Amino acid sequence: MEAVDGNAIGGLLLEVFGTEMTDAPSVCASCGDGRQVAELVVYLRGPGTVVRCRSCGSVLMVFVTIHDRTCVDLMGLAVLG
Amino acid sequence: MAGTALRGRLTWQVAKVAAVAAETASVRTITLDVPDWPGHRAGQHLDIRLTDEDGYVAERSYSIASAPGEPVAITVERLDDGEVSPYLTDELRAGDDLELRGPIGGYFVWEPGDGGPLLLLAGGSGIVPLRSILRHRERTGSTVPVRLLYSSRTLDDVIYRVEFDMAASGVEVVHTLTRHQPPGWAGYARRVDAALLAEVAWPAAGTPLAYVCGPTSFVEAVSQALVQDGYPPQRVKTERFGATGGT
Repeated sequence: MEAVDGNAIGGLLLEVFGTEMTDAPSVCASCGDGRQVAELVVYLRGPGTVVRCRSCGSVLMVFVTIHDRTCVDLMGLAVLG
Repeated sequence: MAGTALRGRLTWQVAKVAAVAAETASVRTITLDVPDWPGHRAGQHLDIRLTDEDGYVAERSYSIASAPGEPVAITVERLDDGEVSPYLTDELRAGDDLELRGPIGGYFVWEPGDGGPLLLLAGGSGIVPLRSILRHRERTGSTVPVRLLYSSRTLDDVIYRVEFDMAASGVEVVHTLTRHQPPGWAGYARRVDAALLAEVAWPAAGTPLAYVCGPTSFVEAVSQALVQDGYPPQRVKTERFGATGGT
């Protein structure tokens, strides 16, 4: 499965956070790499949506939506927004 | 507050298809009548949601092809194994309903105040948000110089070809055809690489602003080459479509 980038989850993030997030800064909790959300590596077609660090590959965010409820895991991030 | 949309919160809404126009054999531009559209920025996208009779839902993102102030339009390339695009390109007709949410995106956007010179790099249907940027530049009377490098498989795959043949003043359009070239083709005939960029891209010293959109492999190769050429990473905006579309 080929990755896309954080632009592709702009709609999901707007739904979850209520504000535009693709231009928000993020910092990886593993390696400290700082990037705007649009630049992160995104895998869309798994059971959930997985966002990885472009520098070290660590999982930064996971989103799983079931019956219109979205579970959000941001454990891989030191900073978002 | 029944029936009142919460302002600022992104919600799904039903738009009506105003028109469907063929761009190439496999690409359609779909103009939409969206009630309460808040207006969009050049480079933004929207999400489309299709719901099957048995409740199966498929969502996809599509770049907005029109400039801010123009009716909302998306340009969709048919992917033969796609779940969503064949319906949009083959089945959808004027008057049909379509569920969408948007506009979305605050990163891959351009305003005249962002300046330039602009370097726009498109692979296949990655041209769509860049076309919105070009139209926005023209409609706002911006004089920012633009170079567009557009990679397609064949001449017949070039989206908005007539429009680009009549490019606005200050806009240079450079095509490369990677798979097949018509007899007498004088343009480029290879994939975009560092050598081609060295011939076409603005010199890094002129503080250009680059927007790169297309399949993931195209965007990775082009953006890395630009940064190696001296473009600051924050002046290279990228949007990756995955493995879709041809270059």
